[in-house]
Amino acid sequence: MTAPVVESRLYSPGLPAPRGELSRGVAAALLRDESVAALARRAASADPYGEDLQLALYVLYELHYQGFRGVPDEREWDPGLLALRQALEQRFLNALRADVPPGASAEQALAALLVEPVGHDEASVSHHLQRDGELWQLREYAALRSLYHLKEADPHAWVIPRLHGRAKAAMVAIEFDEFGAGRAEEIHARLFADLMADLGLETAYGHYADAAPAEALAPVNLMSLFGLHRALRGALVGHFASVEVTSSPGSRRLAAALRRTGAGPAAQRFYDEHVEADAVHEQVVRRDVVGGLLDAEPALDADVAFGVEATGFLEDRLAARLLAAWRQGRSALREPLHPQPPPQPSTPVAS
Amino acid sequence: MPDSAERPRRVTVDPDGPLLVEGPVEVVGDDGTVFTSRRFTVAICTCRRSRTYPWCDTSHRRRVKPGGGQARTTDSPERDPAS
Repeated sequence: MTAPVVESRLYSPGLPAPRGELSRGVAAALLRDESVAALARRAASADPYGEDLQLALYVLYELHYQGFRGVPDEREWDPGLLALRQALEQRFLNALRADVPPGASAEQALAALLVEPVGHDEASVSHHLQRDGELWQLREYAALRSLYHLKEADPHAWVIPRLHGRAKAAMVAIEFDEFGAGRAEEIHARLFADLMADLGLETAYGHYADAAPAEALAPVNLMSLFGLHRALRGALVGHFASVEVTSSPGSRRLAAALRRTGAGPAAQRFYDEHVEADAVHEQVVRRDVVGGLLDAEPALDADVAFGVEATGFLEDRLAARLLAAWRQGRSALREPLHPQPPPQPSTPVAS
Repeated sequence: MPDSAERPRRVTVDPDGPLLVEGPVEVVGDDGTVFTSRRFTVAICTCRRSRTYPWCDTSHRRRVKPGGGQARTTDSPERDPAS
């Protein structure tokens, strides 16, 4: 190990800067107890994928994970904030239901992901990073993904009490792996913090929320939306299956990109681990989590398919945003990263 | 993990994918090299294309042209890992 142990969740971030009326109202409610009653009506006309709605939703969801500096933990269950959250969720969910391709079964939706492109895929971020990616682009990618990876597998843990039998046993087995199989230093969120340290990024939880455009917040919000609602348990399972199925080959390309650009060993290890782990998880999630859930509750088939398709829809939007900026040599972030500090002389770490 | 002498180890066979074996597992290669995996389930490559052999890395997957060919793959360009 080259880096000292990094525990990103010793920190609660400050509230991100508002991006419009909704997110400003949420911040005012959290910091000064102002009422949000009037905002719920405005949610119905907000851009469902826009900066303001996505940030407002992100902040409200974060009350269920790590919270914010200066905001009492009890606000997680504030009825006014929950009512606003519901209005924002409905706007987001209705848009997704209208925009994702309809009609696929769960099996068809997953089968479409179980193929690999021949040669270079122009629409894929991991293909781009593997072949053409520069270190600054890998740093931006890691900064954006940190909004999920520093709480990796947490949104999916909420589905456990909503499952039973084969689906539950398999889901818990995969989550056990995600959470380090009993070893804190192997929790995937910790491996990601180590990766960030290798890239000279700030590892404190939530640090890059201000830098993240709506396209990067939306996939994170999707997991929280699916995870927090029992009614969306089928969609959560579909989302999780989609993530596991696409992870292994993509991780191999990202590990290759990190090797090529000379990122450190911890950076490579995160994705190397996911190549092997997710080749297993993919099999278990399809056979036993999806299979077990649909054997028990066949009526959820369309919801599982929706979870797969909605994940793909939002990931494609993020990929388009990243690739458009990077191909023009521009940052894809809302605010630029600090330059990577020069490598420190390595000092032995007692552990 | 709940393994004991009385509990048979389950191996799941998939003709189009890896062999799934309840872990931990040791695989002994032709030259005597021992590979160890401590996962709850281990996916052992059977297509021999894995770059992390003997472990599956999904290299068995069918290949398609990006953005074309298969009916439902056109709107599903391959995505990036987030698990």
